[in-house]
Amino acid sequence: MTIVALNSKSASAILPRGGGVRGALSDLFWRKPKLLLLLMLLPPVLWLGIVYVGSLFALLLQSFFSIDEFSGLINRQFTLKTYGDLLQAANLDIILRTVTMAALVTFASAIIAFPIAYYAARYARGRWKALFYLGVMLPLWSSYLVKIYAWKLILAKEGILTWLLAKLHLLWLLDGWLSLPVVGGNSLSVSSTGTFIVFVYVWLPFMILPVQAALERVPGNLVEASSDLGASPGQTFRNVLFPLALPGIVAGSIFTFSLTLGDYIIPQIIGTSRLFIGQAVYSQQGTAGNIPLAAAFTVVPIVIMGLYLWGAKRMGAFDAL
Amino acid sequence: MRSDGSPSAPLGLKIAAACGLLFLHLPIFLIFVYAFTTEEKSFAWPPPGLTMQWFAVTWNRPDVWEALSLSVRVAAISTLVALVLGTLCAAAVSRTRFFGRETISLLVILPIALPGIITGIALRSAFSLAEIPFSFWTIVLGHATFCVVVVYNNAVARFRRTSGSMIEASMDLGADGFQTFRHVVLPNIATALLAGGMLAFALSFDEVIVTTFTAGQQQTLPIWMLEELIRPRQRPVTNVVAMVVVLVTLLPILVAYYLTRDGDQIAGSGK
Repeated sequence: MTIVALNSKSASAILPRGGGVRGALSDLFWRKPKLLLLLMLLPPVLWLGIVYVGSLFALLLQSFFSIDEFSGLINRQFTLKTYGDLLQAANLDIILRTVTMAALVTFASAIIAFPIAYYAARYARGRWKALFYLGVMLPLWSSYLVKIYAWKLILAKEGILTWLLAKLHLLWLLDGWLSLPVVGGNSLSVSSTGTFIVFVYVWLPFMILPVQAALERVPGNLVEASSDLGASPGQTFRNVLFPLALPGIVAGSIFTFSLTLGDYIIPQIIGTSRLFIGQAVYSQQGTAGNIPLAAAFTVVPIVIMGLYLWGAKRMGAFDAL
Repeated sequence: MRSDGSPSAPLGLKIAAACGLLFLHLPIFLIFVYAFTTEEKSFAWPPPGLTMQWFAVTWNRPDVWEALSLSVRVAAISTLVALVLGTLCAAAVSRTRFFGRETISLLVILPIALPGIITGIALRSAFSLAEIPFSFWTIVLGHATFCVVVVYNNAVARFRRTSGSMIEASMDLGADGFQTFRHVVLPNIATALLAGGMLAFALSFDEVIVTTFTAGQQQTLPIWMLEELIRPRQRPVTNVVAMVVVLVTLLPILVAYYLTRDGDQIAGSGK
């Protein structure tokens, strides 16, 4: 593609050395590729290393400061007191609630994601394959807030879900569920059930993609061989498909777990007044002005995700990403 | 490779997959219906009537326009920064093996792997430590940081498919480094960069979690929407804005898909 462009200049077999600064630079990079590499890496590493990692360290550092309870000023002396505060019953409650929610959301998205991923990987061909791909990609990239807003419309007391259940004469089911402790509430949009549904909805595409990637690599004849050897579909799933899809599920669960741990907008808009980690961080650094405790709270998801990633790596989940 | 032609899927699987896809798409369609409803005070379904008047009302709202303009400007600048940084990083990582190469990949992915709230609060506390006031540039700083990864992913995938011998051939034919970049490397990676840029734009245009920490009093469009979700002022206007946002983000995704579909990489996998 460039021959035409170059031919006009290459009248002689050996070109004269390029003139000026440009030629000199070009020669220098050719002779010292390490220098070019360094120059290429410098801007991104400076940006990410200083701006991003620098800020992260500054944040971690602050978690070892404490706040003076009377003056509200930050006491810049090394202490573990803030981490002690983290272990108060109210804060432990928040952590436990968030981790439970993250685990439930991960489990539910894995169940809903599997059929879609399996169909797309094994049966969909040509146009259908493209359709499935876009069908997962478009919701994934649609606006996060719009998706939450859509569920606020759906779950509202006067919304479409109540209307649908009324038409089906199933309202007693909804009322029964809402009267339960913990999962229930005044309406679905102010209950933990609502929070759960929206979390599953928003993070589901993140589960489908890696599971599909893992299933694409399962040869079809493996499934056929299993049924030829007399396994029922259930046995084939348990002994062949599921173990092979597991790294994909674990890879997807990294997203669903991590994203649920850190989110503070979904439980704020759809859910009860009981806090999640993200909301605790937000209110501690904002209205309460307790940056050290907020910083200590952010350490919780980092530690949990660190352990999670370590476990996932041992299961070979990163190959499925 | 399958031994026979195309086996059809069991009915149960078809139904489960179809239900899953409907679950993903119906809520977004609902947004389109609500943009036309005549109901002002509640989310009542079915809509009592349909009207176009809210489009006119929204059109005349200066706060919506200001938020939209800020979002577009932030997304444009962040995308530019991410394009430069992401391409440089991808070129360095894919061309050579060097000490710390894995660390660089980790560094790029970290802003998106850690929950947004951590990135947000880390940047905010860094701004307050360094006494940097909130401005247009503090938003860009946050956005560009997590947009790099999308460009990087797309560029790395394309570099992997571009054979190094083309670059050597170009050098052998007498092109200098800059000519090789301009006439050989750039045409090869252009569509991948365009796709990465589109996705970065969509990512930045939609970002709300990090932005709440780095924006101060300024309102990007997602912040405006968040405000409306928490303290609704005029619900029909929110409905219309929501629909427009869906349409605006749809377009770059479709374009990015068509630009990279024949490759083996997944354009959106970076989000």
